[in-house]
Amino acid sequence: MSDLSGGKAASRNAVRNGEPRKAAIIALGAALPVLLLAVWQALGDRGAISTMLFPTPLTIADAMLSLIRSGELWGHLRISLVRAGLGFGLGGGLGLLFGLLVGLSRKSEKTLDPSFQMIRMVPHLAVAPLFVLWFGIGEESKILLIAKGAFFPLYINAFLAIRGVDNKLFEVSRVLGFSRFKRVARLVLPAALPGILLGVRLSLGVAWLGLVVAELIASTSGVGYMMSDARQFAQTPVVFVGILTFAVVGLAADSIVRLVSRKALHWQDGFKG
Amino acid sequence: MGNGVLLDIRNLNKTFQTNKGGVEAIRSLNLRIREGEFITVIGPSGCGKSTLLKIVAGLDVAYEGSVELEGNRIVAAGIDKGFIFQEPRLFPWLSVEKNIAADLSLRDPAIRRRVDELIELVRLQGFEKAYPRELSGGMAQRVAIARALLRSPKILLLDEPFGALDAFTRSHMQEVLLDIWQQNRTTMIFVTHDIDEAVYLANRIVILKPRPGEISGILANDLPYPRKQASASFQELRLAVLSEFHGKIERQEYVDRAGI
Amino acid sequence: MSKNMEALRGNPAPAAPAKGRLARGRKFGWTFDDLALGAALPAIVLIVWQLAGGAGWIDPLFLPTPFAILNAFKELALHGQLAHHFGVSAWRAAAGFLIGGGLGFAVGLTAGFYRRAEHLLDPSIQLLRMVPHLAIAPLVILWFGFGETSKIAIIACGAFFPLYLNTLTGIRGVDNRLFEVTRVLGFGRRTQVFRLILPAAMPNILLGVRLSLALSWLGLVVAELLGSTSGIGFLINVAKQNSATGEIFVGIFIFAAVGKAVDSLVRLLERKWLHWRDGYQG
Repeated sequence: MSDLSGGKAASRNAVRNGEPRKAAIIALGAALPVLLLAVWQALGDRGAISTMLFPTPLTIADAMLSLIRSGELWGHLRISLVRAGLGFGLGGGLGLLFGLLVGLSRKSEKTLDPSFQMIRMVPHLAVAPLFVLWFGIGEESKILLIAKGAFFPLYINAFLAIRGVDNKLFEVSRVLGFSRFKRVARLVLPAALPGILLGVRLSLGVAWLGLVVAELIASTSGVGYMMSDARQFAQTPVVFVGILTFAVVGLAADSIVRLVSRKALHWQDGFKG
Repeated sequence: MGNGVLLDIRNLNKTFQTNKGGVEAIRSLNLRIREGEFITVIGPSGCGKSTLLKIVAGLDVAYEGSVELEGNRIVAAGIDKGFIFQEPRLFPWLSVEKNIAADLSLRDPAIRRRVDELIELVRLQGFEKAYPRELSGGMAQRVAIARALLRSPKILLLDEPFGALDAFTRSHMQEVLLDIWQQNRTTMIFVTHDIDEAVYLANRIVILKPRPGEISGILANDLPYPRKQASASFQELRLAVLSEFHGKIERQEYVDRAGI
Repeated sequence: MSKNMEALRGNPAPAAPAKGRLARGRKFGWTFDDLALGAALPAIVLIVWQLAGGAGWIDPLFLPTPFAILNAFKELALHGQLAHHFGVSAWRAAAGFLIGGGLGFAVGLTAGFYRRAEHLLDPSIQLLRMVPHLAIAPLVILWFGFGETSKIAIIACGAFFPLYLNTLTGIRGVDNRLFEVTRVLGFGRRTQVFRLILPAAMPNILLGVRLSLALSWLGLVVAELLGSTSGIGFLINVAKQNSATGEIFVGIFIFAAVGKAVDSLVRLLERKWLHWRDGYQG
């Protein structure tokens, strides 16, 4: 978002009423969360809001600390991470593979793409009950559900990225007499890399969301289970801890991919990660 | 041609603030333009000619000195000062006629009539309903000119408007512009880096030199229209402009910058 | 038979190649042969599926035949109050989308027009966006119970962010050079908004609408699966408990078909409103 506010529009405003100081902008942005937390804490302390429904920030921090200390949080998180990793590896890997295949060969596009597009229309979480029925509430159903979600962003972005490779570069590779293999390795894949990495990011996001839902709907372990279990016993602080955990880990994974993208795509003009 | 002074620029200075300090773009520039004149401003890049035009347009009001249109200091952009950018800058979601009308309603019969007249003036009949993506560069620039003229500006400012066009289209556009000027007598300030274009169009040629932008010389051009580029008097004037450059800046730099 | 199946899925087989034609340019038009090639795989799968199921090679509990699924659909439609449950689901999705998407649009406009509002609100919204929007479902259920409010809240949460983000991006992305034009042409603030900013931001706003709708629909699925006494998700849950696999398929197909139909509708609007775009690719 910061790259947007720093863009053209910012310079327009700078002409009109002077660019506010950077510190002032940050202060303004931090005002709302800080104020909210303070009011929340104060109201909770006075008993003005139900601490059962809205546990105060300090209570939540407390719950988080004790969950970390007991090792419970890490235990659940490890299980969740393994599931997300396996599901993403399986679904994303297949998505990339088919995306490349369909992108590189028109024949396979015409054969496979319509079917994939058909399956894509199914909201990926709607099949959760079916997977549970088929595979039970064991690991398979969860991993497959995550894999199904992770498949499509990578498939579509790899496919579109390959099709979007500049035709002029193709002509250059023909003039230079590249073999078909070299053309793919030296031209198509590097040129398609930005799109593929975008697909990786989107796939990771969907995989993570799929994990959340899979664990909420049917599971006996993992962060999602910890949350739905806490909900049944009205342990609201634990629910908050779960939400925070999902947010932080999701953000961390996304940041890592962005970092890798920036490293891998340093040649790209104007790439903003 | 009226003799009243329309635009009066006195002791204009403009400095751009960068993080390395100020960069002087224009230094003590004085220029008086009478109503109905066709002025071309020519100079190498970095001579502040576009900056000058933006100040006159009111797009840049952070300047020192005085710039007055009919005795009123220019403090903001407005429809009394028409502006043609180097690119046509049409609204891509509006058809040609709606682009010309822009914020005015075509349902107003007076506007409708004026728009139709202007479409004829810039020779775009038959393209009223076309969208910008369907137009060539020259056509799009003619729409932009019609859009500016609809507001009956007191002065029309043109910032290298034909710079991106090919030679044939450019010479056609020059004809169209002279046509418009001869019919409407709108005062024009036309910025260019093409000497032939400057000599071909103007009553007066203002030559700027760079870093900081200063007036190097002003040449009157009384050649009768339509002008013939091959004529001896045209070539003579062209050489006069050239020698103005030679006197002030190094030859090699001139050759680089003017693209000759 | 397979024709009926396609109708049940929202007629996807012809729709997919048509989309391909738009997305991949006119250079490679899809011929009738391509259509046949694209339909070949689904058709073969359907036939083998039906034959294998009919011969008893597949456990109908695991995978009922296409005919059986069609029958389940007929049963649900005639005796299972399918229309009623569908109506409930559609109402929830629409209400959630209108509330969440409407708020997202309004806040996006505010932040887009007033930089101060952006500085105040955007960091907080970006922070909240990090939370996977379905992870808050247990919290929402704790707060509002299993009633309509919690479902609509979950859906609205999903619908908020894409519209907010894309509206803001759209407004911020308006070409600065066109802003200069409006100043030179002496546009008032009102005309600047309606003749420049909103049309220029429209591609982004419509993209936001599509993404928001998709997330609303997904939110509906999850909200109804988590606990509900009506709606398509409820039908799927009941079917799961009764191991009525055919009915689960019916529910999934309905989710897919409606999601696709709504998306196509917005695409149609895009094509109608954004025809001016150069190289627009559907």
